[in-house]
Amino acid sequence: MRVSFQMPVASFQKRLCTILLLLLFALPLTGAGADRFGTLGHRLMCSCGCGQVLLECNHVGCPRSDGMRNELAAGIDRGDSDDLVLQSFVQKYGATILAAPTATGFNRIAWIMPFVALAFGLTLAIFFIRRWGKQRSVAMPAPAVLTAYQEQARRETEL
Amino acid sequence: MPVFGSFTLVVALVLAVYSVVAGIAGLVLLRRGDEGRAWAALKLRETARRAGIAIFIAVTAAAIALLYAAFTDDFSVAYILHHSNRALPGPYKFASLWSGQEGSLLFWAWLLSAYGLVLRVRHKVDTRLVAHASVILAAIQVFFLLLLNFAAHPFALMTGPVAADGNGLNPLLQYAEMVIHPPMLYLGYVGFSVPFAFALGALIMKYPGEKWIHITRRWTMVTWLFLGCGIALGSHWAYSVLGWGGYWGWDPVEDASFMPWLTGTAFLHSVMMQEKRGMLKVWNVWLIFITFMLCILGTLLTRSGAVASVHAFAQSSIGTWFSAFLGLVFVVCVFFFVKNREHLKSENKLEAVVSRESSFLFNNLLLLAACFTILWGTLFPLISEWVQGTKVTVGPPFFNRVTIPIFLALLLLTALAPLLSWRKSSLESLKRNFAIPTIISLAAALLLIAVGVRPWQEVASAYSFIAMVLGVLVTATIVSEFWRGARVISSHTGEGMFAGMVHLTRRNTRRYGGYIVHFAMVVIAIGLAGAAFNQDKEQELGNGDSMSIGGYTLVCRSYSQDDNANYETESAIVDVFRGGKFLTTMYPERRFYKASQQASTMVANHSMPSADLYLVYAGRNDGSDKPILRVHLNPLVMWLWVGVWIFVFGTLVTLVPNKSAASLRKPVQERVVAMAEGD
Repeated sequence: MRVSFQMPVASFQKRLCTILLLLLFALPLTGAGADRFGTLGHRLMCSCGCGQVLLECNHVGCPRSDGMRNELAAGIDRGDSDDLVLQSFVQKYGATILAAPTATGFNRIAWIMPFVALAFGLTLAIFFIRRWGKQRSVAMPAPAVLTAYQEQARRETEL
Repeated sequence: MPVFGSFTLVVALVLAVYSVVAGIAGLVLLRRGDEGRAWAALKLRETARRAGIAIFIAVTAAAIALLYAAFTDDFSVAYILHHSNRALPGPYKFASLWSGQEGSLLFWAWLLSAYGLVLRVRHKVDTRLVAHASVILAAIQVFFLLLLNFAAHPFALMTGPVAADGNGLNPLLQYAEMVIHPPMLYLGYVGFSVPFAFALGALIMKYPGEKWIHITRRWTMVTWLFLGCGIALGSHWAYSVLGWGGYWGWDPVEDASFMPWLTGTAFLHSVMMQEKRGMLKVWNVWLIFITFMLCILGTLLTRSGAVASVHAFAQSSIGTWFSAFLGLVFVVCVFFFVKNREHLKSENKLEAVVSRESSFLFNNLLLLAACFTILWGTLFPLISEWVQGTKVTVGPPFFNRVTIPIFLALLLLTALAPLLSWRKSSLESLKRNFAIPTIISLAAALLLIAVGVRPWQEVASAYSFIAMVLGVLVTATIVSEFWRGARVISSHTGEGMFAGMVHLTRRNTRRYGGYIVHFAMVVIAIGLAGAAFNQDKEQELGNGDSMSIGGYTLVCRSYSQDDNANYETESAIVDVFRGGKFLTTMYPERRFYKASQQASTMVANHSMPSADLYLVYAGRNDGSDKPILRVHLNPLVMWLWVGVWIFVFGTLVTLVPNKSAASLRKPVQERVVAMAEGD
């Protein structure tokens, strides 16, 4: 009874988690903004040293942002690809002009590491919960009826 | 006055050192159990406590001395010369206390001494534990007083003739919120020293039971509230002053404040597992250690100049001091953890993946993953420079892409966790608890698509869509929790449903206050989700010219100039119409501060539930001399600030002591008896 009861919960939970995680984490890999100027402008930093994204740099009298915006618009008008536009900025202003690390070489680690850490933590947590759960079920098998009482106790004591 | 200020700082340092040395000596003597020396040990401990109280008096005197120098325009003091001027309004002169490096460190030391005062005055709550915590707080105080006396002296004097006027306060800081934002933030940063001191003290003395957690819970909640308010005020300030139409730029200083808040949030959740089931003791102790260390690390990163930040006014070379202190704190924590780790053994273990305990664990994992991501992104430029020899920028595109999925997963868990049972949830209870909330959120998803949200078109729209649907799911689960509880109360007492909900909340303020905070997070998430639909436009606007954005028409009525002792202004007067009807008049402004010779914008914002109409006076066109206006239409931003108010309310509810079931039932019973007697 207990085994047949537990399996659907586990598989349901597994499937649900897989679908939701896939949905959430696959999103950044899909689609691109319709507005190329806006999208590319948010992938570049202003070179004046204000530390702001190019299209958000608005400090009064900024000597750089207007010129850079014009360069960006010119690149788009020429029909350059996104990579070519960004590359031309990198050549002119250096790698720090990009607002985020590229997904190449060592910089790829920047993108991967948070998800690796999260996956590692989740795997570790699930592993230990299952191990402890098995230890407990061997030591003290709980009858199915206990679940109903637990549920009732929860309802009545946690108000 | 500068001499008096310097003197009080030296006195405070001597008192702090005495408090540490005498405190440790007293505790060591007491632990040895030598009865002959017990009296002397108790006396030593008491003098250490009183010295700790006296630190507050000394540091307060130093802070008053600096304020006195600011209000009397004493420009012989370098700090006052660099952060004030004669025409600066009074509230900003007051705010100059925390506007620069040295002053803000003095303010930090003062807050620490104030927290220490409260702790030491209330020592009878548990004299031994408080004695340990008091020594640890005094040791932290020694560090800050060493900094103030030897590395960042707030009373350092200028050489040569005294200047006639000061350089003035940074124009960006001359805004009303700046008078309360830094104190709130510092109350949060400094406040985490107290739970840290209790946690380390409890570990050192192998404190039996979980009482230390009960003692520190309120401290942690209050500190967490202050830090949360500080972050929100900072965001609001950025939105209102910086004029780029946003409220969060993933600047290292913002990151530094957000990281301890995230680990503090994790602690507030996981600590319930320790209280209820004696679990996760090691995890909890380390969460508090990490939270405190993140407060120090954030300060180190942003003040040492190691990472680039728009908050450049607080950079200096005191990084070495903070690095050494952080290293020392880490070594002390590891040492006592290794020495006394047996004391932290769990009394129970997790039993099922689908249970309330597991949900807390996963919640902690997601919060820590978010914290790790932010730390990783903040440090990656340094790592990249070290490995590749070239620095890279890690800006908003990185943080948005990586953290948003994590926060959405967290929102999902916020919906699921409250409906799971302790120990293990059955499939039946899952179906029963989640059926209605799931149906409601699916209906909300369809409704959003029906009103024009297209999640499949852009990543940002997809995120917003998911956030809104999850928000509905969380709200539905919270409402169902209140509803079910109130129904039971109502059936027992005969009260109405609303009275039942109030009754329910008063009986378990922590749980139901927590739900209110969860709801606040939903409202905040909805405010953030609106960012996917932002619009902006920039246009030259002469007298009588008009422009349109998102159904609003803006007509420039005129523009004007003004002058006062502190600054000169240029502003536009803009009438706003919607559907041909007059809506409001807005006054975007640009100021030029005379003392600092710096310009700043004063945004005009018309906030509505649907969107903020946000106007920035960007300057004048050199050729035509016409003003240039940048207009942003930011949907749903108002809900972000409403969410913050709900967050404050919910947290305050959790701080209210529970009413016992009996005391709440009594008036009802009395009423029933009175009614039965024919009243």
